[in-house]
Amino acid sequence: MRHIISILMENEPGALSRVVGLFSQRNFNIETLNVAPTEDPSLSRLTVTTIGDDRVIEQITKHLNKLIDVVKLVDLTEGNHIERELMLVKVKALGAARDEVKRTVDIFRAQIVDVTPSLYTVQITGDASKLDAFLQAMAPVGILEVARTGVSGIARGDKVLSL
Amino acid sequence: MELLSGADMIARFLQDEGVEYIYGYPGGAALHIYDALFRQDKVKHILVRHEQAATHAADGYARASGKPGVVLVTSGPGATNAVTGIATAYMDSIPMVVLCGQVMSHLIGDDAFQETDIVGVTRPIVKHSFSIRHPSEIPEVLKKAFYLAATGRPGPVVVDIPKDMTAPTERYEYVYPKKVKLRSYNPVTRGHTGQIKKAVEMMLKAKRPVFYTGGGVVTGKASEGLTDLVKQLGFPITTTLMGIGAYPQSDRQCLGWLGMHGSYESNMAMHHADLIIAIGARFDDRVTNNTSKFCPTAKIIHVDVDPSSVSKTVRADVPIVGPASSVINEMISLVQGQSIAQPEALAEWWQKIDGWRAEREGKLYEPSKPGDVLKPQEVVEALCRVTRGEAYVTTDVGQHQMFAAQYYKFDKPNRLITSGGLGTMGFGFPAAMGIKQNFPDDDVVCVTGEGSFQMMMQELSTCKQYGVGVKIVNLNNASLGMVRQWQDLNYKSRHAHSYMESLPDFHMLIEAYGFTAMTVNTLDELEPALERAFANKHELVFLDVKVDPHEHVYPMQVPLGAMRDMLLSKTERT
Ligand SMILES: Cc1ncc(C[n+]2csc(CCOP(=O)(O)OP(=O)(O)O)c2C)c(N)n1
Ligand SMILES: [Mg+2]
Repeated sequence: MRHIISILMENEPGALSRVVGLFSQRNFNIETLNVAPTEDPSLSRLTVTTIGDDRVIEQITKHLNKLIDVVKLVDLTEGNHIERELMLVKVKALGAARDEVKRTVDIFRAQIVDVTPSLYTVQITGDASKLDAFLQAMAPVGILEVARTGVSGIARGDKVLSL
Repeated sequence: MELLSGADMIARFLQDEGVEYIYGYPGGAALHIYDALFRQDKVKHILVRHEQAATHAADGYARASGKPGVVLVTSGPGATNAVTGIATAYMDSIPMVVLCGQVMSHLIGDDAFQETDIVGVTRPIVKHSFSIRHPSEIPEVLKKAFYLAATGRPGPVVVDIPKDMTAPTERYEYVYPKKVKLRSYNPVTRGHTGQIKKAVEMMLKAKRPVFYTGGGVVTGKASEGLTDLVKQLGFPITTTLMGIGAYPQSDRQCLGWLGMHGSYESNMAMHHADLIIAIGARFDDRVTNNTSKFCPTAKIIHVDVDPSSVSKTVRADVPIVGPASSVINEMISLVQGQSIAQPEALAEWWQKIDGWRAEREGKLYEPSKPGDVLKPQEVVEALCRVTRGEAYVTTDVGQHQMFAAQYYKFDKPNRLITSGGLGTMGFGFPAAMGIKQNFPDDDVVCVTGEGSFQMMMQELSTCKQYGVGVKIVNLNNASLGMVRQWQDLNYKSRHAHSYMESLPDFHMLIEAYGFTAMTVNTLDELEPALERAFANKHELVFLDVKVDPHEHVYPMQVPLGAMRDMLLSKTERT
């Protein structure tokens, strides 16, 4: 099963490489990875999506927790959560396809953020499957470039991941 | 308030931390530190002849004493030479602090002379690592390094120190930090009481229980408690290679050790058990054989200080995360005054076990006939007699290691010092050196093979410099015996590069360093030679014992089989 694991870690040089290294060292898989500072300058938040059965996920969370730089960790998929990813994509937009692309962008509640005579740059947010669906819809028109941030997520409700 | 340079802070910190010996080798990036060490006389620096030996010596010391071993090396090749020793300590959870010189911080990343990203290189084989970014942080970082190395599940910690951090001209305030806190590191101090209760209930009800305990009991200093608990319950116990001696092997309840080359009765008892009480052991592949066939009728209680060890390879029915000592003590207090629910079943279980024991008695190996070449097993048995089972025995890796573990009887923990997890040839001799310096009045013997010894024999020179009186028993089968054994079993005896051609004349080699060497060819020479070797505690003596190159280590678990599937000799199997 696919899991979204969010980590608060020390904002230290080398911390990221320990996390990433752990995945390759122990043969765990990384689907997406996303990392950025938080409101607390001493912490960064890293979100990783991974696939594995319960035994593997248990090992992943245990080993992550063991890293000295990992301060706190949550497997968001264990509860209700919000999952978002941002994607920027350049699609061909020539002739009749120009309108077609525009319509699809509206249907997906995406935005065109840059335009040239031959292409649109589209910004879209949502969960990973929505982004996948948009790419599928655009494929016949011609996708020129894709930049995805990787999944970020947060628990629903009162639960807070903090120190 | 005291102002010290980074280098002097390191020397002072080591003093304040109570470090007596450090093992190392100098080089450009570490020279400020070496100068600081020169100007003090509390911390003794031992100059090895190869950085790998420094790590093994510190490791040996750590295993024997339970305190972190300390290593100092220079950047680049000095640090990379230490890698094997760091990995060895990591695999066996040994506390160690490795101080590495590094190029000046403004040169980092430029491929400067002798620059290696040692933090990167060692990342997967350390418990944690630090890079010093300002001299003023040295005391705190070092304290953290020692704290991390020694607490929880112990392990090696690397501290990377750019040369400018130790510059003699820059001085900062030094205060010895008595304590440090790491917000993300809180090793458990006790197990879950409910789980412990549940475990004890299962133990009292079990019909065919067996304790399976590992290195965690040794490093967790829980041997006394374990012995109490096992005696109170009257259960059989088997240990891992790393756990040998945590329960006295001469006691009837001890079945020896288990796994690939473990005793017949240990592996049989495990396979037929209905309850396995695992403490400080990690169900590794050299123990379990094929996990899908592992102990089919057993429920498993698993106690470990490291949560990631629990249910890693074999699912635990009752997981308990906590230090061995406190969990065992809680178990003891719960067991006290209680009686076993089914004493008849336990008695029957013991009958079965005694039956297995009897089956193999006197058949473990065939002793040599008079005048014949010696069997390695009888050499170890003689060594055990001569040292009354009380020596610190270090080993290298190979057949001799297994024979040492099988035929020397250990009644104390921390006495068999062996590289179990990584299986590092070259470990034994420097480890013995590190132990002997710290326990000068004890017998310290390295049981080695001519292959392994040649990987670290340059340390004879270190022993000469510091007068280290270790004994070396070279079980010389003129071959990489363990490799050869596998080739006999799996490659129709095609001995690809397992034969050691052009061995040195060990006698002359040892004498070149000014030490005593003896060659032993026959049984009647053996004990007198051992007696002579151990007569003087402070003299290094090397025994080159010619042993049968055709001998195999048995029992040997059949690959992909269950615990009970074993070859028992060249002609018998279960
Ligand atoms: C550094 C290292 N290289 C290779 C091996 C693989 N290996 C395991 S046992 C062995 C043979 C050891 O020979 P020797 O020291 O003579 O011991 P023996 O088995 O003959 O008793 C080898 C090569 C190892 N364990 N460590
Ligand atoms: Mg050999």
